[in-house]
This record gives sequence, C-alpha cells and structure tokens, in this order.
Amino acid sequence: MPEYTAKIKGISARLLKEEKVEIVIGFRKGTIPMMNEPCFVKTPEDVKELVWDSNCGINLANYLTNRKEKIGIIAKGCDSRNIVTHIIENKIKREQLFIIGVPCKGMVDKNKITSMFENEINEVSEVEENIIVKGEGFEKTLNKNDVLQENCKICIHRNPVLYDELAADLLDEQKNIDRYEDVRKIEAMATEDKWKYFKDLLSPCIRCYACRNACPLCYCPTCFVDESRPQWVGKSLDTTDTRTFHFLRAYHCAGRCTDCGACERACPMGIKVRTFTKKLEKDCLELYGWEAGLSLDERPPLDTYRPDDPEGFIK
Amino acid sequence: MKYINIDKKNWANGLKNLYENYRLFGPVKNNKNHVFKKLSKGELPDLNYLNTLLSPKSIVFPQSETMFEYSLDESKEDHHILKEIDKDYSPRALIGIRPCDAVSFKLVKRNFDTPEYKDPYWLSAYESTIFAGLACSNPCSTCFCTSAGCGPFHEDGLDLLLVDEGEYFIAKILTSRGETFIKSAGWETEADPIAAEKTIKNMKIKAEEKIASFVSTDQLKNKSAIDLYAAPFWEEIAFACINCGTCTYGCPTCWCFDIQDEISKSSGIRMRNWDSCMYPLFTLHGTGYNPRNAKVQRVRQRFMHKLKYYADKYGDGIQCVGCGRCIRLCPVNIDIRKVCDIMNNYES
Repeated sequence: MPEYTAKIKGISARLLKEEKVEIVIGFRKGTIPMMNEPCFVKTPEDVKELVWDSNCGINLANYLTNRKEKIGIIAKGCDSRNIVTHIIENKIKREQLFIIGVPCKGMVDKNKITSMFENEINEVSEVEENIIVKGEGFEKTLNKNDVLQENCKICIHRNPVLYDELAADLLDEQKNIDRYEDVRKIEAMATEDKWKYFKDLLSPCIRCYACRNACPLCYCPTCFVDESRPQWVGKSLDTTDTRTFHFLRAYHCAGRCTDCGACERACPMGIKVRTFTKKLEKDCLELYGWEAGLSLDERPPLDTYRPDDPEGFIK
Repeated sequence: MKYINIDKKNWANGLKNLYENYRLFGPVKNNKNHVFKKLSKGELPDLNYLNTLLSPKSIVFPQSETMFEYSLDESKEDHHILKEIDKDYSPRALIGIRPCDAVSFKLVKRNFDTPEYKDPYWLSAYESTIFAGLACSNPCSTCFCTSAGCGPFHEDGLDLLLVDEGEYFIAKILTSRGETFIKSAGWETEADPIAAEKTIKNMKIKAEEKIASFVSTDQLKNKSAIDLYAAPFWEEIAFACINCGTCTYGCPTCWCFDIQDEISKSSGIRMRNWDSCMYPLFTLHGTGYNPRNAKVQRVRQRFMHKLKYYADKYGDGIQCVGCGRCIRLCPVNIDIRKVCDIMNNYES
C-alpha cells in the first residue's frame, strides 16, 4: 500500500501547509506486528509519520467526537459512514472536516493470523494481495482475502461515502454478498440453544469496555453502566450484568452501526461482539430499508417517525 | 541450594500426589489462549506456552470478590451487621507461573501489606499460595523483563523454579515451603547442585540474550515529578487511547479496586471489583467534581504511577515487570516501552 501512504502524506502536507486544517488524524506505524496507532499530525514535516496498510482497522471517526478545530481525517468506507453518523448526531460539523477518503481493500484479522501459527509472529509485511508472516523458524505468505476481518469480508461499502479528496481510485464494490448468513443461523436456533450460544459467547468478557470505547457510536458523556447515581448495572462479573451491558449497548447502536468491526478488533478476549449489532443491522435493513451512515440528508429510522413505519414487532 | 530432577514420566504422578494436599492452579489452553485456572483431578497444566493472555493476579486478587454479606430484614437479630464470608484459604499452588508474574506479587504486596493496613483477603490468599515458577526459555518479542527489574529466570517471589530440560525438569528449591511442596509430590531425585546450577546458568544466559526489547529507567528517579507531570508529550501519548481498561486488567501489577454493595430484596453483599484509572468514574468525587476528567489526565496518571510515583515512593524500581501484556493487548497500540523512554529522556 505504499502508493496509498504517499498520497495520504501528500494531501495531508498540503492541507496543513495551506492551513486548511489544523490537524490531520491518521495512523502511524505500530510497535508490534499487525497494529497501527491512531495519531495526529500538526505540521507538514510530521506527515512522514503517517502510514496506510491493512492494519488500520480502528475507526478514526471515534477521534472526532466534540472536537472544535478544523480537521483533516483519513477515512476508509466504514469510517466515512461513521463520520456521516457523527455529523447527523451533531458530534462534529461537516464544515470542520476535510475528509481524505481511502477506498479500502479490507483490514486483516490479527487474531486469526496469530492463531494460525504455533510460534510468535515477529514481523508481518504486505505486498499487494500477499501478507508475509515471519517468526522464529518460519515464513509464510498468506492471501490477504483469506485473513480479512470478518466484517471486511462481507463489506459492501469499501469506498468512502463522503470525502473531499481521494487517496486512490474508487474500487468496485463487492457484489452478491450475503451479509447475514451467521445471523440467520442464530435466528433459526431454538430459544434454549440461542441462550446457551449467547452465554458461551460472552463468558470470556472481563468488562474492560474496549468494545464500547473503540466504537464511534459510544460517545455518551456517562455510559449507562458507569452511571452511579443511581447505579443501574452491577459492576462485578455477574453474568446478568455482563449480558445487560452487551445487549443494551447493541440496542443503543441499532440503526447507527456501520459494522466497522472496531469493537471486535479491540476485544482483548477475542469475543465476537458483532454478533449482536449485526442482528440489529439486519432488522433495520429489513424493516426500514436502512443502512447507517450513507446520507447526510436522511434521518435514521429510530430517531424519526413515519406513519407507515412497520409495527409488526410491537406485541 | 537444593535441586531436584523431575523426570517428566513422573510429572503426572507427582501432580496427583500434590492434588491430595494442595489446590492446584496452572496454565491451560482455553480456545486460542492460555489462562490460569484451577486444575481438576488428573488435569495437567500445559507448560508449553509463552505466557497467559491475562496475568495470574486474579488467583490472589479476584476481579470480583465478595467480602461480606448482610441482611436488611429487621425481624432478624443480626440485621444490618456485616458478616464475613467463609473462604477457602487452604494450601494451594500456582504451577508454571512465569518469573515476571511471580515477582509482580511482591510489587503488589507493597500495597496490600503495609505497616498501617493489612488487606486480609489479599494476604490470606497470597500466604496460602505456593509459587512454583517456570523459567522462560522463549521470551516474547514484547518482553522487556530484564530492564524492568527481573528476568526470564528470576527467582524473587518464587518458592521453587522449574527449568525445562527436555526429558526432565530441574526444580531449584528456593524456600522451605517449596521444599515441602516438592516432597509432597514425591519427587526425590536430588541433582548435583554444581552441575544443575551450571545448566541453569547457561540456559539463563541464552534466554536473556533472546530478550530483544528494553526500557530505559535510569533517569526517572532524578526527574522532577512536577516536570514530568507538566511535560508537553502527554497529549500525543494519550491521543490514541480509548480509555478502556484492557491495559490495567491485563497488568499483573495494577492493584486498584472499588467497593460496591449489591442488594437483592432484603439481603446484600459487599464486594470489591477491579477498578481502572482509565475509567472516568475512577476519581469522580461525591460532589460531582472529577480531578481527572480528561483522557490525557488519566493516561498520564497510569504511566506516572507505574514509572514515577511508585519508583519515588518505594525506591525499588518501577511498578512494572516487563511482561508486555499491555503492549500486546492494547487495541490502539499504546506502548509502555515508548512512553517509558520518552519520560526517561525528557529534559524540561
């Protein structure tokens, strides 16, 4: 992806030099394999730090919330959809932003790659569609498409939906993607099996809230689980409290989630937390024909009323 | 110093003997990662591992621990009186703990065992535990233990150190508790101390040579805490941080907790849960004022506590053993090695 990086650096340097923005938010190369660090640059000289590759899975829209200055932001498809959501929800103003759009070829799943090898991985590099993994006594080339994050595999909005300038040519979107195969499997389960599935899914949770905090939608000044006057949810590892957190958080994201996968990527325990948000995403699509973050001109279905809203689910 | 050779053929049998006298805890592979857990009868710890995903601190300091129970039913004579919960402090052993994790308990002890205050739960759990360490011949690339006051063959905090020699383990007995433990297993083949020490020393040198990452801490003591606190670099360090608690929950030396009451109908419990300086609620005052209201303040606190305040207060190095978990687990790649070097090299 060196051409992406070069273009991003070039645009960022120009924006900062011409004082069109005060900062550019992007990624710098990480200190360990398959990790990059979200960062900001404030001078044209510092843009050399910026990097783009398949390890930029964190959603940068999360770093925009309530900022006041003029900002250049690097946005892949999902980031741009969350920027749209942020603008609609008044967390940032369109005029503050210069969006450097990145047509995205997907991010790699570091947990998946790590679990493919017995020994520790010391270096991961990429050349076009190949991911080269090196460790003590081994070297293997993987096809990037085989090790994409689950959400990237089924992504149908790889191109940014809102941008001021592009860092690369737009890509053909993936067609004929079945986005909800996994959700349908769970929907088809008997109630007890479903319950057991969710119970097992959440059993490793340590309530570190990495999923919530990596999510650009979770910007409440005080999250309901942190509310202490009165306290709504217990703070121990009690399974009911842990489930309450996950279920409620998912519902708060209904009609807003862009399936960027930041939650799942952030989870230190490897929990597939997208399981919940995807079901709600599917419901919003089926009930309201809605996909989050595609347009600045339309209100999300759950913050508006229409006489013809479906109501079959109200019992 | 006494050394015992444990033929791996006798390993399972020894553990079976130990099971009669100790509750055994060890690393096992759970899905994709290793975790410390209580071993059931006949279950063997998987000692072929780099390190556990989370530290074993929860064995002594559980993430949620009930301390008292009480009744609010005024028809009962003992209503509104806190009653201790019965706990099992019978002897137990942590088998296969890495030297960095073992020494972390000694760092944490400074908080739970002071001349003024003694934490009965932590201390009872700690004192009932035998630490049977496993020397680390294959450190991870994120391990920086040798510059954080310990090392892959470090012995401090252990009752015995197991060194994997292929066909057998050499057990280096470090305390009388360790000796009792080994005896209880029935492992009796004494090794020639000079030869054993030589083998261990050679393996130790090799392991230490494999450590590829370091922090510099030599200047931290001389820096003014106020200068570091007011340094301009915190905004940049904190930028990526999402203020989750992953680093603190994964850390073997983070010891903060929060006390909570939970009441259901007329009965209640008082418990303590891990807390994290990354959380906004951590320092929220009863008045509603929060002295660490901004992310940058919370991130600064975490690093200042570990690398400066602790070092100044106890004069015995940093509150970090170099296990590298926070580096591996951080969702946004905040790296304590980088922060430590920035602090150490800072000139105001």
